[in-house]
Amino acid sequence: MSGIHDFTLASARDALKARKISAVELTNAYIDAIERLDGRLNSFITRTPDLARESAKAADAALAKGEGGKLCGIPLGIKDLFCTRGVRTTAASKIIGNFVPPYESTVTSNLLRDGAVFLGKLNLDEFAMGSANLTSAFGPVENPWKRKGSDAKLVPGGSSGGSAAAVAAGLVLGATGTDTGGSIRQPAAFTGIAGVKPTYGRCSRFGTIAFASSLDQAGPMARNLRDCAIMLESMAGFDARDSTSVDTPVPNYEAALSRGVKGLRVGIPREYHADGMPAEIEALWQQGIDWLRAAGAEIVDISLPHTKYGLPTYYIAALAEASSNLARYDGVRFGERVNHGGSLDELYEATRAAGFGDEVKRRILIGTHVLSSGYYDAYYLRAQKVRTLIQRDFLNAYENVDVILTPTAPSGAFAQDEKPTDPVQMYLNDIFTVPASMAGVPALSVPAGLDAHGVPLGLQLIGKFFDEETLLAAGHVIEQAASFNHRPTIHAGVSA
Amino acid sequence: MSYRITGNTGEWEIVVGLEVHAQVVSKAKLFSGASAEYGGEPNTHVSTIDAGFPGMLPVLNQECVAQAVRTGLGLNAQINLFSRFDRKNYFYADLPTGYQISQFAHPIVGTGKVIVDLADGSTREIGVTRLHLEQDAGKSIHDQDPTRSFIDLNRAGVCLMEIVSEPDIRSPEEAGAYVRKLRQILRYLGTCDGNMEEGSMRADVNVSVRKPGEDGFRTRCEIKNVNSIRYVMQCIEVEAQRQVQIWEEGGEVDQETRLFDHVRSETRSLRSKEDAHDYRYFPDPDLLPLIIEQSWVDELKAALPELPEDKRDRLEREYGVTRYESGVLVAEQAIADFYETVAKGADARLATNWMLGDFFAALNRTGRSIEDSPVSASSLRELLALISDSTINGKIAKEVLEDMVETGDSAAAIVERKGLRQVTDTGAIETAIREILANNADKVSEFKSGKDKLFGFFVGQTMKAMKGKGNPALVNEMLKKLLAE
Repeated sequence: MSGIHDFTLASARDALKARKISAVELTNAYIDAIERLDGRLNSFITRTPDLARESAKAADAALAKGEGGKLCGIPLGIKDLFCTRGVRTTAASKIIGNFVPPYESTVTSNLLRDGAVFLGKLNLDEFAMGSANLTSAFGPVENPWKRKGSDAKLVPGGSSGGSAAAVAAGLVLGATGTDTGGSIRQPAAFTGIAGVKPTYGRCSRFGTIAFASSLDQAGPMARNLRDCAIMLESMAGFDARDSTSVDTPVPNYEAALSRGVKGLRVGIPREYHADGMPAEIEALWQQGIDWLRAAGAEIVDISLPHTKYGLPTYYIAALAEASSNLARYDGVRFGERVNHGGSLDELYEATRAAGFGDEVKRRILIGTHVLSSGYYDAYYLRAQKVRTLIQRDFLNAYENVDVILTPTAPSGAFAQDEKPTDPVQMYLNDIFTVPASMAGVPALSVPAGLDAHGVPLGLQLIGKFFDEETLLAAGHVIEQAASFNHRPTIHAGVSA
Repeated sequence: MSYRITGNTGEWEIVVGLEVHAQVVSKAKLFSGASAEYGGEPNTHVSTIDAGFPGMLPVLNQECVAQAVRTGLGLNAQINLFSRFDRKNYFYADLPTGYQISQFAHPIVGTGKVIVDLADGSTREIGVTRLHLEQDAGKSIHDQDPTRSFIDLNRAGVCLMEIVSEPDIRSPEEAGAYVRKLRQILRYLGTCDGNMEEGSMRADVNVSVRKPGEDGFRTRCEIKNVNSIRYVMQCIEVEAQRQVQIWEEGGEVDQETRLFDHVRSETRSLRSKEDAHDYRYFPDPDLLPLIIEQSWVDELKAALPELPEDKRDRLEREYGVTRYESGVLVAEQAIADFYETVAKGADARLATNWMLGDFFAALNRTGRSIEDSPVSASSLRELLALISDSTINGKIAKEVLEDMVETGDSAAAIVERKGLRQVTDTGAIETAIREILANNADKVSEFKSGKDKLFGFFVGQTMKAMKGKGNPALVNEMLKKLLAE
């Protein structure tokens, strides 16, 4: 089994530069794969094959002249939360309707600048709110992985479920994701791919539809960390149009991969040994510790004492912001208007009742509540204080260690029909990923093994502010040790 | 002297605090590059940020911050080096994002004060609680169509300063004087054009009443969006009367937001406290806290123009004008500038009298403002120079000024054209007087027999005969001499 679908982003890049394959050939192969497989996976909301072929032609022209950026001719998928000029952008919500942005998000325009070819817009949880990609108005995404001996449809995780499934199934060489509380890392873990949530402020938020502004951060999702590093180098950078973007140089992330972990101090936070955590997750974690130790890292027990407050605090802070960010979808300028010919308030109610899905409504209600007069101090303000404490936990820890190793999620992918009926149970998926988001520090997930059912599990590494390089170096050691080369059941180049 | 409302149960005192919304003079809006200019076809000064497009982010306009700091300095207020932007959340059709970005918890300017002048010559100090920056909303237009409303977002996102006073105001007059003074300071600073007709300044007026000597405040009502100084004063009077009546009838004033109807001269309830919005303020996560350097504040301070109070003191010192006159002269920067051009190095008293007298009368008569005065400052200065060097006398000068207003010609040209040069030739004066005396022999003998008052008659007759051009001092002198013969 060797061919066009075995490319990684890095090997495709090298083959394109060497003119062993043309961008048009590569792009056509991916368009074919999408056509064959995505009817089932539903990882795309909008496919743009014609635009992709045009970009591929332009890429070939550039490559022929020995020009072209670092992603020249590389077919990528874009989470449908990034605004793309001239291409419908939905946030997987009915309420946005047929919105065709007149502008390009900074992250996607950086990728285009470097020659990337966009295959289309990828499915996600509505407004990035979910952990299983079951809340999309465009239907759920199916995880290309199957449990051994079962045909149950598994969830790809969320919210970047379409991105994760498309990468895992070989429908794209890489995809953009966004991560607010784990939306890159958890789906990466569920689908056996790599995903990086950079430091808050590393990638511009301009043109990305907001969920929770103080937490949202774009990042790459790809087969491995090298591919992620190449993408991140293109996506990252200061942007004057985002006041929270940080003006610090973008290093050569790919070069950092080979630094190794010799002498690196790796923290193991004791609070992450959650009650009821499956033994196989504990075992995988221990395996990760052993791999890093064997590669020369020093393992250090650390404490992140406010970990247990992470999840409730996150669901207050994030939803407060979301309730405000989503106010603009009211049926006046944005939001598909449902007009009952009544008052303005009735227009709002009808529009928002019809346009938002249940999970989004639930979150708007919670967010509105925690900001309400009389509850603000007890919820929002308290959550902000706890958030500072969580951040302090990390800063204290980083006085002793360079990176922190934890599992990415408390389980492997579950079946679509095993979805917890209690929404809070669903929120527990984010228990290991949320603290890094609250602190703003970078984190990644790498595939590290399979669970008893044969579905992938990931390990998470959390780094220091703007030290994605060390994070990638440590991740690469795990990647090599794990030599995770399992492929999902549904995969391009394999007859499903 | 205090303002009192007399009710059935005795006298009442009013307590007023004002929130003035002043549009900041800036090229671009507070958080977007769209034009902040007034007017324009609807929805032409709008960026995707102002219209709340998905994924758009605000970026703070530094000039707006500088304007707020300048204003704070002009109000003798504390400049907060740390401030922060919050979101004020509410749904309305002309608020595209569903929230207004404002400074709730940490305004850029803290406490300051404004000194206002009252008609009786006294002054009062009105405290300023705070000044903060915020976005304006768009405009809903309901009168273009029977069933539909239209939205114009040209104003959406334009930078406003909200200047909140302490409840220090005790009469409609003080409220009017406060707004006038505030407007004067902002116009001097160039931070707001103060144009109330175009909505560049509007006030929310908080009114309560209490018995004189009573501690604490009673429930207040807020009258929203009052757009002229006259209406500010009227609405206070009307609202205070309403509240007095409620209290005297044994009722309770409800805390509510009201509107002033100047046609019916009444305030009407807009919404009660129960219906008040819960704005759910929280720090805008799209914006970092605003931290400014003291050195930058110092630079702005060094570059501030002279403010009305300082200018007033200086004019009194340098030109010997009275307290009343200085007040009139600094009312607008343009008037003060005009005055100084006329008076510098000239006879300041003469300049003051002419400026406040005949010149202002001419402006009023022609309905022109100082900015488009029919007579320039240098032309007026030339006219006064002709008085000072005795080329013409004051009476003739009035005629010349009228001609200047009409024709735009210079004073010298008019004097030449009309032959108005003052007669200082004593021979000519003597001839004219002798003729008058000869023709009025009876009056001369009356004068000589002690009817001193007739001296004025002779002066008048002489001037008339000389067509007003006789030098008054010489005429007087010569008359005395000849009558004594």
